[in-house]
Amino acid sequence: MGKSASDMLGGITPRSVREFSSRNAIVLVLFGIVIIIGILKPSFLTLENVGNILRISSVRAIIALGASGILISKGVDLSAGRTVGLAAVISASLIQRSDYASKLYPHLPDLPLLIPIIAGLSVGLIVGAFNGFVVAHLKVPPFITTLGTMIIVWGAASLYVDRPPMGAQPLGGLRADFTNLGSGSLGFKDVFAIPTIILIAAVILGFYWIMLNKTRLGKNLYAVGGNCDAAIVSGVDVKKTLISVYVIAGLLYGLGGVLLAARSGGATNNYGNMYELDAIAACVIGGVSTNGGIGTAGGVLTGVLIFEVLNNGLVVLGVSAYWQQIAKGLIIIAAVALDIRKYTRKR
Amino acid sequence: MASGEFILEMRRISKTFPGVKALDDVSIQVRAGSVHALIGENGAGKSTLMRCLFGIYVPDKGEIVLDGKRVSFDATSQALDSGISMIHQELLPVPFRSVMENLWLGRFPLRNYGVVKLVDHKKMYAATKTVLENLKLDIAPDMKVLDLSVSQIQAMEIAKAISYNAKVIIMDEPTSSLTQNEVQHLFTIIRRLRSESVSIIYISHKIEEILEIADEVTIMRDGRNVGTYNAKELTTDLIISRMVGRDLTHRFPPRENVPGDVVMRVENLTSTAEKSFREVSFDLRKGEIFGVGGLVGAQRTELVEAIFGLRDIRAGNIRIEGKSIEINNPIAAKKNRMALLTEDRKATGVFSVLSVFDNTLIANLDRYVRGTRLLDKKQGETDVTKSIAMLRIKTPSSATPMESLSGGNQQKVIVARWLLTEPEILILDEPTRGIDVGAKYEIYTIIADLAKRGKSVIMISSEMPELIGMSDRIMVMCEGRVTGIVNGKEATQERIMTLATQFT
Repeated sequence: MGKSASDMLGGITPRSVREFSSRNAIVLVLFGIVIIIGILKPSFLTLENVGNILRISSVRAIIALGASGILISKGVDLSAGRTVGLAAVISASLIQRSDYASKLYPHLPDLPLLIPIIAGLSVGLIVGAFNGFVVAHLKVPPFITTLGTMIIVWGAASLYVDRPPMGAQPLGGLRADFTNLGSGSLGFKDVFAIPTIILIAAVILGFYWIMLNKTRLGKNLYAVGGNCDAAIVSGVDVKKTLISVYVIAGLLYGLGGVLLAARSGGATNNYGNMYELDAIAACVIGGVSTNGGIGTAGGVLTGVLIFEVLNNGLVVLGVSAYWQQIAKGLIIIAAVALDIRKYTRKR
Repeated sequence: MASGEFILEMRRISKTFPGVKALDDVSIQVRAGSVHALIGENGAGKSTLMRCLFGIYVPDKGEIVLDGKRVSFDATSQALDSGISMIHQELLPVPFRSVMENLWLGRFPLRNYGVVKLVDHKKMYAATKTVLENLKLDIAPDMKVLDLSVSQIQAMEIAKAISYNAKVIIMDEPTSSLTQNEVQHLFTIIRRLRSESVSIIYISHKIEEILEIADEVTIMRDGRNVGTYNAKELTTDLIISRMVGRDLTHRFPPRENVPGDVVMRVENLTSTAEKSFREVSFDLRKGEIFGVGGLVGAQRTELVEAIFGLRDIRAGNIRIEGKSIEINNPIAAKKNRMALLTEDRKATGVFSVLSVFDNTLIANLDRYVRGTRLLDKKQGETDVTKSIAMLRIKTPSSATPMESLSGGNQQKVIVARWLLTEPEILILDEPTRGIDVGAKYEIYTIIADLAKRGKSVIMISSEMPELIGMSDRIMVMCEGRVTGIVNGKEATQERIMTLATQFT
């Protein structure tokens, strides 16, 4: 024990510290922010507040993971937020309590819990497959493709809850077994309990990590994003890779929408608005390159946490909402300006 | 001929791109276990032919017979599966990934884990190690490509092509980034492959290399096969005259420039980067053509880019006409009457979708700004027309987009761009790279004429005959240091090569 400790100390040199801190810069930044806010406002570090941040981060992380794959492929997905919204309203509409007064479908019987979940995932699947097809086969740039789908999906979500002449209806009165996905916990009696939503996000994170690092799809994805020509001449099926990435992203947005509805106990057609920008911001803070070919699941998670810790921390500190926007914008730019130094070599 | 003799036949292949007939009824036959060289000027159709073979292009006409069977590929994966692999002229690594992932891209070894198949990293590592060791390459399988040198990347691409265990390996300019030793090592590998009855199609414009390694040589010109020869029957002169289609009596124009007083003095210039140029000193005279020779990696480009203010220096001094000056960016360089023709024309020279007009004036727009803050188009048009005439630029009009000009004419436009800034010192980094033999002569004539008119020229070149044929003095660099400055008249290829490899 003593030996290993002295070894560790002996191994610490200015150089190794520098290397460690440059490799794990964003993790250190996250800890730094947590510590600073915690000192300024100790209530920030209560179990309740931290749990709250993690629950919100869970949905955001699932969405950001989807968006990260598309960024790695050298694309961008502007339709993420609106897809989350459409999945939220569709899944919510299928699981309203039978005794709830203003049900979207008044005569809908009680459905099994699985139905709204599958419906939400299907929404994501369809949008993702559409995006992937248009990008891979019609060669429309991802920015334009997903700009289009963003607008289409927003229209579809609004139409879905539109009940003229009253206009778009908010969906409330969701069944408890459904909302439990978002606000309930899994655990052993009173010994410990972990929020279900955090568990789901952890499982998704694990799967996504395996997908990126251990599967052929993941490796092909990095290659397509890093140098598409190299992938083509090495016989990689670029179209299949792209479609798979967009489909996986869509499924994650769908899941994000379901969990968002479950966590908040309802949904409106405005759910998920601007989530795509938050997701992209979290990704780039987490070291995903918008030039493609670079990014890790752990980085995305860290990026999301930094973003949500800031969101929450600025509120706890009593910073005005408008200043929060300005601070967040500056942080995104600063994060990327710092990160980009890793890749631009000294001339 | 016996059908078993040829592993590969391409019969009467034609391929047309919009406006260009790239291949016109080309046939080649490649024997099993032989090195078949393809040689020709840029645009002769060598790479296009090979891309048709490898499934990147689909030929309009003609057929391909591989090992007695007719094949047609519309994706490179099919070519790879059929036993054809290719080293591409433009290196194609995935920069942020490891060597082993680059090597096995498109065919990762998988392992079954019940429901899922995951990439088998252990197997991939071991297989990569074997391949690299067989080629005596000192590269770790898990190194990131980003950390490799250019010649290591090229070696990795060679390893990749070989690792497919292909029957036919296409090598498109495989030695463009290799040092002399590495080239010899590649040749050893090629000979070994040949003895294992692998066929190599070897594309190069280096005639010496081809005469050394090839068994048969096919010469191409203007998208046609102008003849296939036994390599033993060929000489450099014969190949050149067949490539160009006429006899080349003078490769270089006569020079009438007379070097005068020192214009620029570079003292002890040292880069901030660790492995770059250091302690470089030289004088440049008025009306002198000052050649800079060395191998790839000698840091010549880095040196001239630093002189032009594109790179940082840690120490050293530049004096122009006796005055010490500081050049931190190209704007300052231009003010000091310098011009730089960059090495990579595509990346840092041309604006390919802009017109010849815009490309000519871009470095010099200040001159055309009038009181209204608008540009004086008429004056610009006059100057561009004058430049087109003076440099004999072949273009339909000044409004033609740059991308539809040949490489040689693009280069002339860039020369015109810099001449309009009225420079006294012209730095030309590989001015004839990727330019046809015929057009090269015209570029040489322009350079000789500039020197005669009293301009000073620094010319980096990797082509030894060009350096010797054009320079008044030649500075040779090796690994960032100056190893000698040779008088052009006394220079020989051997002398330059010795200096260029002093530390290797």
